[in-house]
Amino acid sequence: MGSPPWFYRVSGALVRWLLPVTAIVLILGALWGLLVAPPDFRQGNSYRIIYIHVPAAVVALAGYYVMAVAGAVSLIWRIKMADVAMRAVAPVGATLTAVALFTGAIWGKPTWGTWWVWDARITSMLILLFLYLGVVALFEAYENKAAAARACAVLSLVGMVNIPIIYKSVDWWYSLHQGASIRFTGASAIDASMLYPLLIMISGFYCLFTVAVLMNMRSELIWTHRQSGWLRDLSGERV
Amino acid sequence: MYFESFSAAIVMEGHGVFVWSAYGLTAVALIMLLWLPSRRFQQHWRWIEADKQRLVASAAKPGDATGGDR
Repeated sequence: MGSPPWFYRVSGALVRWLLPVTAIVLILGALWGLLVAPPDFRQGNSYRIIYIHVPAAVVALAGYYVMAVAGAVSLIWRIKMADVAMRAVAPVGATLTAVALFTGAIWGKPTWGTWWVWDARITSMLILLFLYLGVVALFEAYENKAAAARACAVLSLVGMVNIPIIYKSVDWWYSLHQGASIRFTGASAIDASMLYPLLIMISGFYCLFTVAVLMNMRSELIWTHRQSGWLRDLSGERV
Repeated sequence: MYFESFSAAIVMEGHGVFVWSAYGLTAVALIMLLWLPSRRFQQHWRWIEADKQRLVASAAKPGDATGGDR
């Protein structure tokens, strides 16, 4: 895993395979959620935003775990590929968090009558966005890339405290935001006809996250190894 | 399909503007997530190949090996 030539070769094959799968899964899930699933008895058709809002939020949270684990690996074992992974995850996580916040605001207007409330769930998601943006900014702020990686790793690990707050915010505080619709233990609070497209979209967002992170890592890898022999030998066969 | 016509699917009983704008915004964000690293990847490869050609050219003309920057 720590070998850049090996990673470059394997990730290239994975991206080529996963990219069309991602497109198919996302298009299928979106069409099902938009046009086939029945409307919600209380929210009407506005609930269809769930098929992008929930997957974006779920994967943004999962992405933070990936970034924090990469940060821990970078701090403990000083593996350069962990720095590359941390740097690759941050902009993808930030974008998905922004998507979750924007789609939540659009969904909030017809449902709650307002675009935004300083609610525990929404505010903790906004903090997640700032944490991701902080990591992106820290990487750019340092001349010394090793020092940048250390600072980002510390920020990622400290920011982990926000993750359980996001998960439990709807239970710990009074909130306009609804509780979890999908439960791994016990019955989900959502009908199967609405649940299946949601699960498909969550899978699609996970695939997209993987592809985007791998593409960022490959781009960063070829730049940091631009003077390396293994990369120069690959010129002419880019992917 | 739940909707009886194309226009019903667009209007969504008054919620279409919210639903379609949310999906449109998400589609743009997701496409950017893939397009930006792809463009950066191609730019980096172009630089590497140009630099390789520079080195080959400078090998023929010793003392003129210069690198570039991002």
